[in-house]
Amino acid sequence: MRNLLIFITRYNAFFLFLIFEVASLVIYIKYNAFQKATFINSANTVTGNIYTQVNGLYDYLSLDKVNDSLSRENARLRGQLKSAFYIDTIEKHKVNDTVFKVQYEYIAAKVINNSVNQPYNYITINRGSRDGITVGMGVICSNGIVGKVVNVSPHMANVQSMLNKYSRFSVMLAKNREIGTIMWSDDFDPQKGLLVDVGTNAQPKLGEAVLTSGYSLFPEGIMVGKVSDLHPKGGSASVTLGITFSVDFSKLHYVDVVNNKFQNEQDNLESLQKKDDQNNNH
Amino acid sequence: MIRTIIINIIRFVLLVFIQVFLLKNISLYNLATPYVYILFIMLLPFETPNVLLFILAFLTGLTIDAFYDTPGLHAAACVVLAFVRVMFISITVQKEGFDNEPDPTLSVMGFRWFFTYALVLTLFHHFFLFSLETFHFSEIQYTLSRFVLSSIFTVFLMLVTGLLFFRRRERK
Repeated sequence: MRNLLIFITRYNAFFLFLIFEVASLVIYIKYNAFQKATFINSANTVTGNIYTQVNGLYDYLSLDKVNDSLSRENARLRGQLKSAFYIDTIEKHKVNDTVFKVQYEYIAAKVINNSVNQPYNYITINRGSRDGITVGMGVICSNGIVGKVVNVSPHMANVQSMLNKYSRFSVMLAKNREIGTIMWSDDFDPQKGLLVDVGTNAQPKLGEAVLTSGYSLFPEGIMVGKVSDLHPKGGSASVTLGITFSVDFSKLHYVDVVNNKFQNEQDNLESLQKKDDQNNNH
Repeated sequence: MIRTIIINIIRFVLLVFIQVFLLKNISLYNLATPYVYILFIMLLPFETPNVLLFILAFLTGLTIDAFYDTPGLHAAACVVLAFVRVMFISITVQKEGFDNEPDPTLSVMGFRWFFTYALVLTLFHHFFLFSLETFHFSEIQYTLSRFVLSSIFTVFLMLVTGLLFFRRRERK
């Protein structure tokens, strides 16, 4: 017993090393398995508040760029006002008819933390469950899609960026509406994405726009990027395309969270069908 | 004693701030990312008991993790760093000379020793950090180049920091 104690005290550094190393590895692996189970992330109140403070400083430094983009968006929106159109047919009136129910609602939010140079990038925004944001909503900005909400606290939300190896969204080619899945490219370039699982009869062209398909969290037809490479990888059953994102992720300032009001209904309906399928199989 | 504690607390806060709000955004060609905050663990006094050293390393790692959204990753790398530090110091420094050499800094220990110290510790920390971050072999080439270039960047910044504080100590 005494010898054991002497042994342990002599090599105490090694045993301390084992204890702390195992502790941190457990934390690390557990976090990877259950993203939600953690409380050490930037939606955490303390780090979140510090980020908000420092972000106030950053905002001043980039005011002119933000002003510029806001005024451009203002001009674009003004162009869509009713007063900008000359109403010449009855068809156009119908667009504003009350028989249409609002399906998508947008919640504007400000980016308070962002990164682009990690393999798994996350964005923190300054709106949370109090403003009606729930886990799973899509996030867009004026140039295109940004990501999806993965964690929510009362005042903040954590968004899994498009620049994350877990991110996958359903998109389509603009011309022939061929469906595919967009993901981040393998070489971690913050401007490049990969469009995979496109049908072989699609005939993509360089510079063709890639839009959201409306099958996932986003409304149909939101810009994602442009086809920039026709053959990034050879020899597979489906076509793979290189994409350049339309969003500059390193300069994100304001984003909109998409609230699909029919999402619950759609999920319930689809899960019913899945249950039916399972019952029929047995 | 109290002076040492205050200096280390200031050093900790300063390094974490620099790491999180300045260096987190710096990344040369998406390859070289400096992690200078480990300087805090490296510059703790020689007399720090092993238990305290490991606890401080673990907490420093967790603090950085909280800002990087990677719980456990930096903590694990920092604990490895602390272990390598204990080994390195027990091999290269004689136990008796601690009274007049309190800190393992550049000005006290000389350039050659500090350079080797910083290089070895940084290599261990970065290798562990980057291999744990990617966690599989398919991107081994990219991971290795990130590891080598980031280590060079980090050691360079450490030497610059050491030289910045060199003159002031000499004057006393």
